[in-house]
Amino acid sequence: MTEPLIYDLSAPGRLGVSLPETDVPLAPLPAGLTRDVLPLPEVSEIDVVRHFVRLSQLNYGIDTGFYPLGSCTMKYNPKINEDVARLSGFAHTHPLQDPTTVQGNLALMYSVQEWLKEIGGFDGVSLQPAAGAHGELTGILILRAYHRAQGDAKRTKILIPDSAHGTNPASTAMAGMQVVELPSDSRGNIDLESLRAACDATVAGLMLTNPNTLGLFEEHLLEVARLVHECGGLVYGDGANMNALLGIVRPGDLGFDVFHFNLHKTFSTPHGGGGPGSGPVGVVSHLVEFLPGPIVEIVEAGEDDEAPLYGLVMPARSIGRVKAFHGHFGMHVRAFTYMRMQGKSGLRAIADHAVLNANYLRARLRGTYHVPFDRICMHEFVAEGKWDEAPGVRALDVSKRLMDYGFHPPTNYFPLIVHEALMIEPTETESRETLDMFVKAMEAIAREARSDPDVLHTAPHNTPFGRLDEVRAAKELVLCCRPAWLEGAKAE
Amino acid sequence: MAYIPHTDDDRRDMLAAIGVGSLDDLYQAVPAKYRFPDLDLPEAISELEAASELQALSEANLDVRHNACFLGAGAYHHFTPSVVDHILRRNEFYTAYTPYQPELSQGTLQAIFEYQSLICNLTGMEVSNASHYDGATALAEAVILALNQHRGKRHKIVLSPAVHPHYRQTVRTYMQGMDLKIVGDDDCCRGPEELLPFIDADTAMVAVQYPDFFGHIVDFHRLGEVAHAAGALLCIVVNPLALGLLRPPSDFDADVVVGEGQPLGIPLSYGGPYLGLFTTKQELVRKMAGRLVGETVDSRGQRGYVLTLTPREQHIRREKATSNICTNVALMALASAVYLSVMGRQGLRQVAELCYHKAHYAAAEIGRVPGFRLWNEAEFFNEFVMACPQPVAEINEHLLEHEIIGGYDLGAEYPQLAGHMLIAVTEMNSRDEIDDFVAALEEAAHD
Repeated sequence: MTEPLIYDLSAPGRLGVSLPETDVPLAPLPAGLTRDVLPLPEVSEIDVVRHFVRLSQLNYGIDTGFYPLGSCTMKYNPKINEDVARLSGFAHTHPLQDPTTVQGNLALMYSVQEWLKEIGGFDGVSLQPAAGAHGELTGILILRAYHRAQGDAKRTKILIPDSAHGTNPASTAMAGMQVVELPSDSRGNIDLESLRAACDATVAGLMLTNPNTLGLFEEHLLEVARLVHECGGLVYGDGANMNALLGIVRPGDLGFDVFHFNLHKTFSTPHGGGGPGSGPVGVVSHLVEFLPGPIVEIVEAGEDDEAPLYGLVMPARSIGRVKAFHGHFGMHVRAFTYMRMQGKSGLRAIADHAVLNANYLRARLRGTYHVPFDRICMHEFVAEGKWDEAPGVRALDVSKRLMDYGFHPPTNYFPLIVHEALMIEPTETESRETLDMFVKAMEAIAREARSDPDVLHTAPHNTPFGRLDEVRAAKELVLCCRPAWLEGAKAE
Repeated sequence: MAYIPHTDDDRRDMLAAIGVGSLDDLYQAVPAKYRFPDLDLPEAISELEAASELQALSEANLDVRHNACFLGAGAYHHFTPSVVDHILRRNEFYTAYTPYQPELSQGTLQAIFEYQSLICNLTGMEVSNASHYDGATALAEAVILALNQHRGKRHKIVLSPAVHPHYRQTVRTYMQGMDLKIVGDDDCCRGPEELLPFIDADTAMVAVQYPDFFGHIVDFHRLGEVAHAAGALLCIVVNPLALGLLRPPSDFDADVVVGEGQPLGIPLSYGGPYLGLFTTKQELVRKMAGRLVGETVDSRGQRGYVLTLTPREQHIRREKATSNICTNVALMALASAVYLSVMGRQGLRQVAELCYHKAHYAAAEIGRVPGFRLWNEAEFFNEFVMACPQPVAEINEHLLEHEIIGGYDLGAEYPQLAGHMLIAVTEMNSRDEIDDFVAALEEAAHD
């Protein structure tokens, strides 16, 4: 099934594109500043199309089948989103155009800001961050700026539960703050005693994912927020799991001061094989002036039925811009379309069915796979991929074998606090029939683990590729290919 | 309900299997006081209604398809062959997650490997990562790489004023919690020679842009030598499309090359998503931020690809990771890989030359209009600075009446350059369009 590299398809003199002749007089090229060799492939258009179509066929996406990857919210990506994002007025506007010429864009961004404020219970939103981790960095910088504005430079610690995504501690370190890890209790909540002991005048804040990465709603959330606020800290919310909360509860009401949304999880924008995402950040009133900008504001109210005039404004004490221009606008268009079509009642239905599907799978699988924190979950749950009767079988084996049954595996080995974790998030867009087929496959694999463990160890069998040698990749480290003729040219 | 397949029977049976009576019963852990807020949001609309609402919003904008555009400043209107979007719309590509399960992700993985290869070959660098958010954040990550390379013992970054203002602002945002001096960019007109005195034994990195923000093509040989003599890294921010014509930044012995990949087949899309290029010399690979795809074999002996050197990354190293980046812009990297493949060796050169010649024609023609003067004599690629006889905002207002989106008002970010317009010309601007632009400028000068 190996597909050649695009360079392998290259033949000298072959063209893939037709371009117009120059219609202006030629200017002399700058002496000594032009290159002699441009090592790009020479292929025809049909070569390119077939090559990349064949590559796409080696991939598995949501549109191929069930993709229960925990904490990633692999819900269906509506096709209208893709169409509207490509409308000429959106796709072909320049980010530095005069605001009066892009009022449609600004009106759309303004609505997304307003709706996220309402859904999250916040007073301000910036759409600038490009992804979840980028939103985290933004949020921690806001926390830092807030404390310093209070004249308090001693608050350098960020408390993070051991169940958190790796991005949380990494973002904290990038913002120049210090990570303090907190343990979880026996019910999967943050351990209150440890939190109490850690809360002091050096704490800038707490980073919390809720529902947490076990898919559980923090049972003492109000107490957690109160403890952090009492010691002068702020609470940061990682919105990776917001899909469970739409219309159910607003993070801002629960005591979160800063929060990032993942438009590519909760609001149906596609993951693109790893991005682009979009990670807007919402804040409560006393943090609005620190948001990264520019953000969209109404700069002139419209009279009667007239539309207002929108403009781009930098918040008064902004931490600054966190990227060029205004954020991933193409994702804002998609999320706008999704929210507009769902409306108020549709958002609640999303959470309801995401939570229903997760609990249904948990109820169906708990007899076969041990669920270490077994209570009503939110949008996902964590099971263990190991059995005493099947020593040697690991979560990874279960995952690879699932591929043979036509499913994408769950998230493996996360959260770190569960051994051999299988983190399962079905999302609301999957039917009961799909979930039942998945349960059947999982049950069959559990039987195979005992009767024929080798079939798991050597899985997958029915995929175009078998297990890949990661050790060899890291050892030999081949990260790029050079065209053969270039090597020849160098030798000359 | 759109996109939710459940019937009433499904809901009833599933709730029974869980052992609860209603959907509301699933939320006992949520504080009752705040449960089920009455959200002030619009009611749902159908797909048909949404399509027409979005169409109307998009038509409230002036776009570069219906108006001539001479605005660049870090985002450019280029031709994209149809092939690119057809590939991006392949469901298996755009609805996939990060390729954590390589057996089901060879399409994404090989495409990224090819992207890494194409970008390495274009820049002349040895290693490219799988992408960063955009040019600005890639530069900020390069600064972090430089600080790590010197194990936090150097505390200064020398930044050229001719690096995109948004990139410089982003670097400062990222670095506000670090003990770091960022110097060199407080005077708009400092060239590479004038940056030399800032470089010393405390300098971790020197960062410049190529072509620079004003469009100039600058030789960074000497700057690289001085930086390296002081033990500092040289980082060059590039426009990759210009590299179809210009010497690659590796010729200046750059240690890190970052840049904005948007010109490579990615629509303007009002500023994003774009593509952050991030490349280094081989020796810096373990300090690099972001994902890397490496070649290997599978259990059946087939050549295949996996994410590699992952111990640099946040999901393994947590607070000790080289960066917090997780989601990148893989689909945009795919767009640029398809673009570079279909343009190829001859096509990219041809586009770069079209941009070059058209920009030089425009500069010469505008230079003949009384009151307009080319700012200086430096070599430029497809962007140049014109001193204008009137405030740039007024000229641009006049141009809009002629359905022309004028250039960038440099006074906004460089007070010394008030009254100067940065003009970008690409292969999209026909000679007629350029002539109309010149005529409209002439008219504006008379108003």
